[in-house]
Amino acid sequence: MIAEEPLLFEIGSDDKTAVDFPPQPDAEECLGSCRRTKKIGLPGLSEPEAMRHYTRLSQMNISVDSAFYPLGSCTMKYNPRLNEKMAALSGFSEIHPFQPQNTVQGALEAIYILNELLAELTGMKAVAFSPAAGAHGELCGMMTIRAALTHRGDAREVVLVPESAHGTNPATAAMCGYRIETIPVNAEGLVDIAALQKRLVHGEKNVAAFMLTNPNTCGLFERDILKMADMVHEAGAFFYMDGANFNAIMGHVKPADLGVDAMHINVHKTFSTPHGGGGPGAGPVVFNAELAPFMPLPWVEKDGDTYRLIEANDGSVHSFGRMRAFNGQFAVLIRALAYILAMGLPGLRQAAEDAVLNANYVRVKLQDILHLPYPGTCMHEVLFDDSSLEGTGVTTLDIAKNLIDAGFHPMTIYFPLIVHGAMLIEPTETESKRTLDEFVAAVRSIVAKAKEGKAEELTAAPVNAFRRRLDETTAARNPVLVYKDETQ
Amino acid sequence: MSEKRFTKEHEWVELDGNTAVIGITDHAQEQLGDVVFVELPALSAVVEKDKQMAVVESVKAASEVYAPLSGTVIELNAALSASPELVNSAPEGEGWFVKITPSNPDEFASLMTKEEYDTFVKESH
Repeated sequence: MIAEEPLLFEIGSDDKTAVDFPPQPDAEECLGSCRRTKKIGLPGLSEPEAMRHYTRLSQMNISVDSAFYPLGSCTMKYNPRLNEKMAALSGFSEIHPFQPQNTVQGALEAIYILNELLAELTGMKAVAFSPAAGAHGELCGMMTIRAALTHRGDAREVVLVPESAHGTNPATAAMCGYRIETIPVNAEGLVDIAALQKRLVHGEKNVAAFMLTNPNTCGLFERDILKMADMVHEAGAFFYMDGANFNAIMGHVKPADLGVDAMHINVHKTFSTPHGGGGPGAGPVVFNAELAPFMPLPWVEKDGDTYRLIEANDGSVHSFGRMRAFNGQFAVLIRALAYILAMGLPGLRQAAEDAVLNANYVRVKLQDILHLPYPGTCMHEVLFDDSSLEGTGVTTLDIAKNLIDAGFHPMTIYFPLIVHGAMLIEPTETESKRTLDEFVAAVRSIVAKAKEGKAEELTAAPVNAFRRRLDETTAARNPVLVYKDETQ
Repeated sequence: MSEKRFTKEHEWVELDGNTAVIGITDHAQEQLGDVVFVELPALSAVVEKDKQMAVVESVKAASEVYAPLSGTVIELNAALSASPELVNSAPEGEGWFVKITPSNPDEFASLMTKEEYDTFVKESH
């Protein structure tokens, strides 16, 4: 147990600094009236104090390195240390984007190889590497679709998104200037194909794209995807697939064979790179031949034995521009490459199978006590709701909080929105049967207590955590986001 | 004499002469949990029946609120910006969202009565 950790401002003091500055010239003389009169308000700490502060904070966190982390739909999976070793090679870690291209041929070759591998795994023509995250990748995909439509002189206004989509899908389309129309989900948790057909065939011919997450956020494979692709293409629209859940199907099916025109890949979900949240992420986007000429610059091409970056439009290249500086989050992409090469195609295929197997193991072990809104085999994540606890005074939130006490990170809760009291569990492929059994036992014990009428005990959780039950309502209504020194 | 009707999306609308007051139902607020933010349309905005009119954000989720009737927004419940909790404490009273002048009052008849709505909630739960 670690003691409460004060803020940097509370442990620091003005007379301490981790840096020795050279003697300064007379400030008065140099700055005159511009000289600062108030304290600058920076915390003063020695280097070990600063380091210990952040290390202690990190130890208060639950991480995938310290506990099971079944955060469905936003996979936090194990990051093999081999990835780190490869990314740290000096030829990758000690280069600069401004270096002449003939001095970084190895780095360009690595991106080129990753390009070939992702194109092979997805059946696509080209890969844009610059997007910095999955949602940034979606934006990249939609901007590319817009550029292709503009090029053919066919401005369209609407993007169709199913109810079960990731929230970022409609947000992305709206950010790209499109109007969103929602396609309902049927009783099985799949896209209502009749509603999609009605909109595409009989509705106004103004649909730019259909965005589908497959497997969807209910953890189900959209088995009518080929029919959907045909309908979308017949209506002159593009088919965008949110590849967030590609980890469940990689090595088994190529999105291009499903009729998909563009898809982003969340390399943290699929290829075991560190998660981007709060740090550098990457969301490469794969495109078919029709969209490839419009994707963002730059990309790597091979001329004989030389690799070069394509950085400008000419002839057949009609890129809409750049999405960010340089060539994307290079070091993260190297980790993805290291993972793919270490696993090989059979390894990737097995990772997808094990992810699906683990989710179904949890499903079978819990389905007698928790309700499945969509019964049957799931993909890489399993969706429960809290309807079997009705009347006990215990809800999804309480199960999540009690899991913290049991030493686990909670699953995703209250998402997807179409299921009331949703609990979305994604074990990922790396977890052992023993870990899953421990998790199942913890959930079963919580549910058993709820049914024995121990609501009071359960709604008090967590008790073994740095913070007890947080007042989320006040935090959202009156957020305090900035530290203020009350003494100044 | 005013009359109240309900939608399948859990909005209520009370029609009094040429003014309709709109909010979300008690069942809706119960499902949402603590409401932390309400985004209302602009004053004088034209809203269309069954199209998105407002957004209500709770600790669990952000949900769209649809216009039960078409019309023009004539008044907003300004109290909601400082006190979104009114939606929880008095969803069908002080927690109202907007007042509109309906452009097609005939639409009102297509909405559910209190009895019909209560049955609908019971059956869909």
